[in-house]
Formats: sequence, structure tokens, C-alpha cells
Amino acid sequence: MDFSFSEEQQLLRDSVTRFIRQDYAFDIRQKTVTSNEPFNREYWQTFAELGWLLVPFSEDEGGLGGSAVDLMVVMEEFGKGMVVEPLLASAILAGGLIAETGSEPQKSDWLTPLMEGNLQLAFAFAESQGRFDLARLATTAKADGDDLILSGHKTVVLNGAAADTLVVSAHTGAAEEGGVSLLLVDAGTPGITRNNYKTVDGHNAAEVYFDQVRVPRANLLGTEGQALPVIEKIIDRATFAICAEAVGAMESALKKTVEYTKTRKQFGVSISSFQALQHRMAEMFIECQQARSILMMAAMELDAGNGVAPKAVSAAKSRIGKAARHVGQEAVQIHGGIGVTDELDVAHLFKRLTAIQYLFGSTDFHTQRFISA
Amino acid sequence: MNNEYTPEEQTFRSEVRQFLKDKLPQDIQRKTLLGMHLEKDDCVRWQKILHKQGWAAVNWPVEHGGTGWTATQKNIFETECALAGAPEVIPFGMKMVAPVIFTFGSTEQQQRFLPDILASNVWWCQGYSEPNAGSDLASLKTTAHRDGDHYVVNGTKTWTTLAQYADWIFCLVRTGSPQEKNQTAISFLLIDMRTPGISLSPILTLDGYREVNEVHFDNVRVPVENRIGEEGKGWTYAKVLLTHERTNIARVAQSRCQLQRARELASATPDGSMALIDNPIFAHKFAEIEIELLALEYTELRTLDAIRTGQAPGPESSILKIKGTELAQAIDELHAEIAAYSGLPYAPWQLEDDFDGDRVGSDSAINSWLRYFNNRKSSIYGGSNEIQKNIICKAVLGL
Repeated sequence: MDFSFSEEQQLLRDSVTRFIRQDYAFDIRQKTVTSNEPFNREYWQTFAELGWLLVPFSEDEGGLGGSAVDLMVVMEEFGKGMVVEPLLASAILAGGLIAETGSEPQKSDWLTPLMEGNLQLAFAFAESQGRFDLARLATTAKADGDDLILSGHKTVVLNGAAADTLVVSAHTGAAEEGGVSLLLVDAGTPGITRNNYKTVDGHNAAEVYFDQVRVPRANLLGTEGQALPVIEKIIDRATFAICAEAVGAMESALKKTVEYTKTRKQFGVSISSFQALQHRMAEMFIECQQARSILMMAAMELDAGNGVAPKAVSAAKSRIGKAARHVGQEAVQIHGGIGVTDELDVAHLFKRLTAIQYLFGSTDFHTQRFISA
Repeated sequence: MNNEYTPEEQTFRSEVRQFLKDKLPQDIQRKTLLGMHLEKDDCVRWQKILHKQGWAAVNWPVEHGGTGWTATQKNIFETECALAGAPEVIPFGMKMVAPVIFTFGSTEQQQRFLPDILASNVWWCQGYSEPNAGSDLASLKTTAHRDGDHYVVNGTKTWTTLAQYADWIFCLVRTGSPQEKNQTAISFLLIDMRTPGISLSPILTLDGYREVNEVHFDNVRVPVENRIGEEGKGWTYAKVLLTHERTNIARVAQSRCQLQRARELASATPDGSMALIDNPIFAHKFAEIEIELLALEYTELRTLDAIRTGQAPGPESSILKIKGTELAQAIDELHAEIAAYSGLPYAPWQLEDDFDGDRVGSDSAINSWLRYFNNRKSSIYGGSNEIQKNIICKAVLGL
């Protein structure tokens, strides 16, 4: 049993920490968020140069190893800085699907440019009627000669505003047969309409409408109708990644809250001297520690690849979702009035933590999944 | 980063499992799994079995008869014992006073006291708390005045667990003036319970059991040679060992064992047309506890890892205490809920080995409420959970 990071992992963490500290101050982040750009493209190039875009991928795929512990190292630091550049959406989700199921030509067409920083991807999976069910799809891809005709509406496509290529989940057979397929679709294909926006937590996303979009059959990713297990696997990895992000964000929220209470004076004393607040911060600390513990459990189970990963990930998401809610709400409450203003970073940490609570399945959803897994 | 035991650790675990399978008496196992109170004889019998194996003193150094195990080995041992339904070692001698004696006691004291603790020949109890010194332990008022080669001890200790079985008591007493600072006014004394002037008043806990006592000292003469270390240093000795010598504080394995029993009971308990375990509201509550326990297990493993890599255990023990007791209490509450009506009859005597009257309900149900009531103590003793939060605030958050 050994819970320490390898030398490479420590170096990776140091490099991300340095970037967040030096280049990702809150006001700089907010400039990106409030701009018309989906994110800071210069930073994306920096990620590529520093090798971070290789982190989610195995050495066979041209990456750095792709272990869950590596992902945890990066995402936790991203959580502290509230990074909005789409490592999750582009590389972990869409890139992960291509790495998992793509043919060699598909990998060289899409994965290689992604890792080089020259291509943006998004995974269009969510539909408004499906809630967290990854197979409850109204989007269809009907055969027409050598092509498939794609129709439907995908909601809250993360990185959808910036994506050059979309990975889209759809039913190719009749919907009731339940088979799910994945298609690689150029975002500029005729028949695609995108309604781009920013999310409450500063990321870019889009509503994507497919109206009789013609996609060559060669763009099917993996075996037709057999994509659900691979989608679940990659969503699990992404779920784990945002859990790590939440752990970083919570620690940041706690640290800022403790610091603030030491400087804020009321009744002539620092409010940190009030036991009513002290114990609440102790509870936040305990939540952070329990969250970190279960995150590490999930990382090790994912890397062991022994089949209990879905249960482990759901345990982590359930527990971390609960912690994220608690720590986020308490950080705002203890800050008082300033905590509900747009100028304060803690308010934005709270918003990101709230988003993480619901992304890829709510706390209750994952508790249920833990029971049935 | 990996969560696997080394081959040596796996071998060790098999050895522990085999030992428990061969040597744990069934009657003791039954009582432990039901959460019943053990008799003095049960405790001593089991501890002597452990002693014969050389496994009685898990956190003592080898030269005094300890196992010399690593933190991971201790954890494996405690885990396997709990899962098998072995009772915990009574801590007062083995885990509390012995470390004080082998760390701060004289060679003479070590030779005199440690062998009998190791062999469970002598039962110890703890004289720390007083009626007016609970969380504020340092305000204790029991005095020890020097009179030639003796101290004369006067005062009252309370919450003294199983003092009715005890041969010896270790006490914090005030040797300095009431105005003097705690760091120089308190001394650590070992007192023979047969000394004239000592009397006990039983305190029944809310489950009707004589678990604790008041211990009164009326001009009790204690030889000066029974003082540990220097006069006035007792507070330091007690404090150092309170933070460093507590093993298995999170009680993860005990909780896992009790949660598994709760699952079995809830699966066998009807709830309308289904089993209680399949009731979605109950199942959800159950799963949340299971997940919390998983997190706590890794918090404990992280602490072991920190010890292994030479980082002293610090405020982690406060988290383990808070979360460990909260979870144990939540699991007790699950058991009480599973029992429902059946927990109402008050019939602890029917759990005794020789009971042959008319039985009421099931043994597990009638003990579940008693256990739930009794275990409210766990978030209060050993530094209440609120005190633990104060420690976190001070030691970690710098508040």
C-alpha cells in the first residue's frame, strides 16, 4: 500500500500548480469568462506545449500513460484555479471515446491533432428528455446508402461552441432496440445549427440541432449499436475527473474562507474567533478530507481495472457531491454579504461546485447507481 | 499510488485469520457480534489467548513484549479481529497506562507493572475525569499532598469504566497549589485499589448497565515510588500519549462488521410486501452510510500511509474520532430502526448464557436499542467531538 505520487506525478502537479499561480489569477480568468471567446486559446496552446493534453491518453495512443491518478493530479489543480479551458470536454470525454474505440485512421485524424492542440472536440450526449440516462436518446442516425442521416437535438454540449468535431451518440436502429452508436461529425456539416452560450460556471457550451445531417458511415466510431458500454466507461472517467476537480475547488474554498475570517472584523474582533464559525470550518475541513479519501479510493480502483470501477466512481461522486454542496454553501455563508457577490472568487467556486454536483448524474443518482452496481 | 497489500502483509493477514478461526471462543464471539457487554472473565480469557500467541500488546516495543508490528500490520490485525467478532482488548492497562510506564516510568516500575499487564493478570482503570472536570480535564481538583514517603490523595474521579473489576487505577492528581499552572501542578500516580480510603459508587448507564463508577479517595496513602516520572509533569505525560498512542480510533472494521449484520437483518425483515433492505428510502440511507464508511476507511489508510512515511499522526486522529463515532452511531441507529417495535422490551438478562426463562423477541432486536442508547457515549468520551473540532481549528486551520 502506497499513497504517494510518483516523481513524474509530482513534477506534473508542480507544473500545473505553477501555471495556476502565475497565469490564472481570478481576474484573468474572469476576463476570459466574460469575453466572447469560448476560452483562452493561448492557454490551450500552453497546455499542449506543457504536455497536459497527453495526460488522459495511454502511451500506445501517444499519450503519457492515462492513469486515473495522473488525471486526478491535473484536475485537482484545475479545480483550485477554476480552469475553463476544455480539457474535460475535448480530451477526457471526446478524446477518450476516440482513444477507446477509434480505428487507426480515425485516431490519426482526430486524436493526434487534439493532442497537438490543433483540434477542439466535444461529446454531444445529453438530451433534455434523457436526464442522466445515457441510452434514452431521441437522436437517430438512419442508414441511407453509404451514409447515415443524423437528426435530433443535443443539449448542453460542453465545449460545443468551440468544437471543430462533435462525437454524437444516436440510435441507429429503432429506438426501442436500444442500440447506441457514436458518430464523428464535422461541426460545419450542413444541417447543423449551434446555439452557443456560456454556462453559469464560465465554461462554453452549445445547444446543437441536427437536421437531416449526412454523415459518412466511415465516421462511425466503434461497432454500430454497441457503444453504450464504452460511453459508460468514458463518462465514468469524466465523472472521476470532475470529482478530482471538486476536491481542488473545495480546498480552495476552505482556505479562502479561513483566511477571510481572520481578516474580517466585527464587534471589534476577527470573526475567526467565533466558535459558531470555527466549528463550521472544522466540518468543512472534514468534508474535504473525506472527499479526498474517497477520490483516492476511486483512482486506485479505476487504475486496477478490476470491474468494480463503476461502483467506486458512483461512491465517489455521491460522497463528493454531498461534500461539494456543503463546502460551497458554507463558504458563501461564512463570507456573509460579500459571498453572494460576483466580485468574489468564492462565489464562483460555489457555482462550479454546484455544477459538478449535477454533471454526469446527481448525488442521488449516483447513490442509486452505487446500490444497483 | 496503489491500495494493495504486499505479499508479506497478505501472508500476515492469512496467519491472523487462521489464528482467529482456531482460537476465538464461540461464546465470546457471539456476545461481541450481538454487541453485548462482556464479563470480566470473557475479557481476561481472550486476552490471555492473545498473550499466549504473543499478540496481546500490539503497540508496545518488542523489548517489553510487544509485537513490533508496523502500522499497517496493526491495522490488519485490528481489522481481522473486528470482522471475526473478537472483542477489543480492554484498553486501560494495555493501551493507556502501559505506554506511559514504558515511556516515562523507571526501570523498576517497568519491571514491576508491565509483565502483569501483558499477561492480563492485573486489571487497570483510568482516573482522569472528575465531576467538575470533563472536557476541561486540566481543572481537576483531586489533590495529592506529600507526607514523608507518601502522597495523601483526596478527591473524586468519575466515569471510571469497570472500576469494579480493577486492581489498580492510574490517576492525574494535583500536587501543586490550585493557582499553579497545569503544566507544573499535575502528577501521574499509580494507585492500588485495595488501599484503605478508596470507595466506589456505581453509575448505571442509560441501558441499565454498571459500566462506570465514581471512585472516591479519602486520605488514601500512596507511596511516592508509585509516581510516574517527575512531580508536576503528569499533564505532559498524559497529553503526549493521548495524541500518539490511540490505535483503531476510527473503528472502521467494527463498523463494517455491524453494517454487514444490519444488511443481513434488514434482508430478513419484512416491510410490507418486500424486505426492508429493498425499501428505497431505507436502501438509500443504508448506501449513504456504506459510502461514508468507505471514505473513512481510506482516511484511515491515508493516516497509516503518513505514519509509514514518517509523518507524525496529527489532527487526523481528530477526524477519525469524529467520523468514526458518528458512523458507529449511525449504524447503531440502523439496527434500532430494523428492530423497530421489537427493540422495546427491556430484557437484557435473556442475553445471558444461563438464561432459561420465557424469551421475548429476538436477541439481536432487544439488544439493538440498548446498544444504540449506550453508544451515545462515544461522541462524548475521549475528548468530545466538539473538543476534537476545537483541536482541528487550532492545529490545522490556525484559528
